[in-house]
Amino acid sequence: MLKVEHLSVSFGGIQAVRDVTFSVPDGEIVTLIGANGAGKSTTLRTIIGIQKPKSGSVKFHDEELVGLPINEIVRRGITLVPEGRHVFPDMTVQENLKIGAYMRKDSLTDDLHWVYDLFPRLKERSWQAAGTLSGGEQQMLAVGRALMAKPKVIMMDEPSLGLAPLIVKGIFDIIKEINRQGVTVLLIEQNANMALRTAHMGYVLETGRITMSGPGKELLVNEEVKKAYLG
Amino acid sequence: MLNQKTNRKRNLALTAILLLAIIGLLAWLQATSVTHSYAITIIERSCIYAVAAVTMNLMIGFSGLFSLGTAGFMCLGAYITGILTMPVAIRDQVYYLYGMASWLHDVRLPLVAALLIAAAIAAVLAFLVGWPVLRLKSDYLAIATLGFSEIVRAVLGWDGLGSITNASYGLSNIPAFSSIFECVAICAACIGLMVLLLRSSYGRTFIAIRDNEVAAEAMGINLFRTKQLAFVVSSAFAAVAGGLLAVFMRSAVTSTFMVSLTYNILLMVVLGGIGSVTGSIVGSFLVTCSQEWLRFLDSTYVFGDLFGGIFRNTGFAGVEVPLLRTGFRMVIFSILLMVVVLFWNRGLMGANEFSWDGLLGLLKKLGRGVKRLFTGGRKKGGADNG
Repeated sequence: MLKVEHLSVSFGGIQAVRDVTFSVPDGEIVTLIGANGAGKSTTLRTIIGIQKPKSGSVKFHDEELVGLPINEIVRRGITLVPEGRHVFPDMTVQENLKIGAYMRKDSLTDDLHWVYDLFPRLKERSWQAAGTLSGGEQQMLAVGRALMAKPKVIMMDEPSLGLAPLIVKGIFDIIKEINRQGVTVLLIEQNANMALRTAHMGYVLETGRITMSGPGKELLVNEEVKKAYLG
Repeated sequence: MLNQKTNRKRNLALTAILLLAIIGLLAWLQATSVTHSYAITIIERSCIYAVAAVTMNLMIGFSGLFSLGTAGFMCLGAYITGILTMPVAIRDQVYYLYGMASWLHDVRLPLVAALLIAAAIAAVLAFLVGWPVLRLKSDYLAIATLGFSEIVRAVLGWDGLGSITNASYGLSNIPAFSSIFECVAICAACIGLMVLLLRSSYGRTFIAIRDNEVAAEAMGINLFRTKQLAFVVSSAFAAVAGGLLAVFMRSAVTSTFMVSLTYNILLMVVLGGIGSVTGSIVGSFLVTCSQEWLRFLDSTYVFGDLFGGIFRNTGFAGVEVPLLRTGFRMVIFSILLMVVVLFWNRGLMGANEFSWDGLLGLLKKLGRGVKRLFTGGRKKGGADNG
């Protein structure tokens, strides 16, 4: 269980996250939805340790993560697929995957097979430079690379951003598949429709505060959510 | 699969042949060193600059850290190597003004040990300096490291350290390389070690922070520690290159290691290709050699002496050829540089490394081009006949 309690983050004089509390139970998909600038990315960046919080705590299996360096947090089984994919363009697909497992010292063969089974497209292109892949393939690679760290929790920052609807559906199918194989998922999305359909629990973030929460299916039919995010 | 295997065998054979050829050439030059001292000088200088260029490429090309402190670390390496290898008997003469510190006076080490100590001291210094400096990015990092490089030079030339560094008088009578092999082998070992590092998982993390800091960080790569590692390794090998340069010149003076040396090495890196080790090697040989080949441009001639004397009986036989004066070499050199940078704007090698497959592919392409030129010419001839 990943628990975020009373988290407040500010930078550059702006308070981006105010007193946010939520939890991600093991084996579930939890989503944070909200408009641009609501503080979704900041929350993820704080959990993984890129951003330091002003106050509050992040606990993973009852261990405090605030204050730990990023590499220690990754070692404890939490990874982040950053927004906008961020693959390493000059490295091959395979090298990109291997660097995802940078924190591990054991054999990678099984996990490479696992990722290639999840994404057969990546296997076909394993020797291609990552910069030459299409947007959807780069997103698959970014997810695959995060999986190479053998995470217990994978956090995804807007995986559907800038992708064609059909490919978005493919990405969400993969998210469900990863979850079925036992990985906990924390997903943030502007595409509220898809996210809430996929998630067990959803939280709505508005200007740094959680304004609503509930099971994904319930939020999906909630009138206010419909008006604000589902059009 | 089979094809790949035979290719690998062929490449191995070609590499072995090339290595033997290089060793053979060096042995021949060594055996006839009296007549070939000029060639030996150029090769040694090129090799030493190649090490320096690769250390700089490790920072700028592979780790994306625009550091210009190379000359400073080379200066440090040169002084440490010079002090530790200078013959004890000559030391009182060299340090006649300051007198050499007594604890240091009788310490003399073989070259390799001295270079190792130089590398270790440079590594520690880089670690300490990297602490504040590596938090800076791009231009700011360049300015800070450039400043550091000048500080090192100033400190080594400071009177207060006269009993250790001989201050502004510098060091002389440093024993030369025992043979060209010693120099080339040390250089090759240094470059080989850096290539091994770049091919390891550390090398991948260097490239990762260069390409995308955000993603690298999300991967759990400790940005600061990785940058620190690149800086420490690069500085240690830069110190070795400086030590070798001191042995090559048989002296160490702070004025050798001014900012212009850093720029010269940067030139080799950019010319060869940022992010290519073989590029840096090619770049340093090219720059060093062409500066020598163009030397004829620095002397003055009269027209009567040119082109086997075809102007000898003309009216202007006694007139001096315009432009050919001391310094004109650098003008032509700069123009050549601009041409190269214009037409190969990613450097001669880009970010690629040398490979036999690449070279043979290029030759094949060239051959095909020549053939097409040939057959094209014949067709034209045929049309004329008809």
